[in-house]
Amino acid sequence: MAPVATPFFFYLLSAIMLIGGIAVITRKNPVHSALALIVTLLAQASIYLMLYAPFVAGVQIILYAGGIMVLFLFVIMLVSIERSMKERQFNSQWVVGTIAATALGGLFIAVYTKGTSIFPDHALSTVEENNTQEVAKLLYGQYMFAFEIASLLLLVAIIGAVVMAKKRI
Amino acid sequence: MLAARNSGLVPDMETMLHITTLHYLVLGAALFLLGVIGVLTRRNVVIVLMSIELILNAVNLNLVAFSRLWGGIHGQVFAIFIITDAAAEAAVGLGILIAFFRNKETVNIDEVNLLKW
Repeated sequence: MAPVATPFFFYLLSAIMLIGGIAVITRKNPVHSALALIVTLLAQASIYLMLYAPFVAGVQIILYAGGIMVLFLFVIMLVSIERSMKERQFNSQWVVGTIAATALGGLFIAVYTKGTSIFPDHALSTVEENNTQEVAKLLYGQYMFAFEIASLLLLVAIIGAVVMAKKRI
Repeated sequence: MLAARNSGLVPDMETMLHITTLHYLVLGAALFLLGVIGVLTRRNVVIVLMSIELILNAVNLNLVAFSRLWGGIHGQVFAIFIITDAAAEAAVGLGILIAFFRNKETVNIDEVNLLKW
């Protein structure tokens, strides 16, 4: 099914994402930052839908907005934020940091303006139906080994988080 | 003539209204830069970790956009792997943060200076 009003929704969702991203890095209260990040992640899930990636969009909402951000909010509640909110929010290298990031942005612009010719003129046809089945076929077929490594990584992360956060083993 | 006009930095109406892969790449680059600025300038560890999530999301957006461009779904599979990595990274990072807060009673990243010479 062809998407409707793609430019309108693209610019709307891009604006939501960028405003959310700016709010993440400028808010004083970490809870506000986390909520802005959730808005950004949800807008990005909608952009995944525009790119014919419904499975990734669902994973984004369930895992990122639902799982990781809840973990963030829990930790924000565990640590005391009153003292950090009274302190200076930006470190003393913020000018250098912003200049370095702007230089990186200039590099991106240069690459994208010089490199457009290597892209195909129009998008090739993505598999639009059975997206979940196709992803599962790749995950359990061609990327089987990487999938197992990812499960090992998650196991190590669980053990590491418990070891780190526990007072006494 | 038309190609020469379209290659300029100032977008004309046609390139504004036809969403190409480049649009998604520019959006991903902007999100990446916001994350980099957050990592480099903020002092609160929680917000630094959230900026890292912004960077990972920018990479994911690029992967899915390229997957759309080349007509396969390998990019989407890699995006799922990166989401897995982000979950592991958030768990370990927040565990470190809790251990750090228990020792120093602060979340200020400038006070992580035990290894500073």
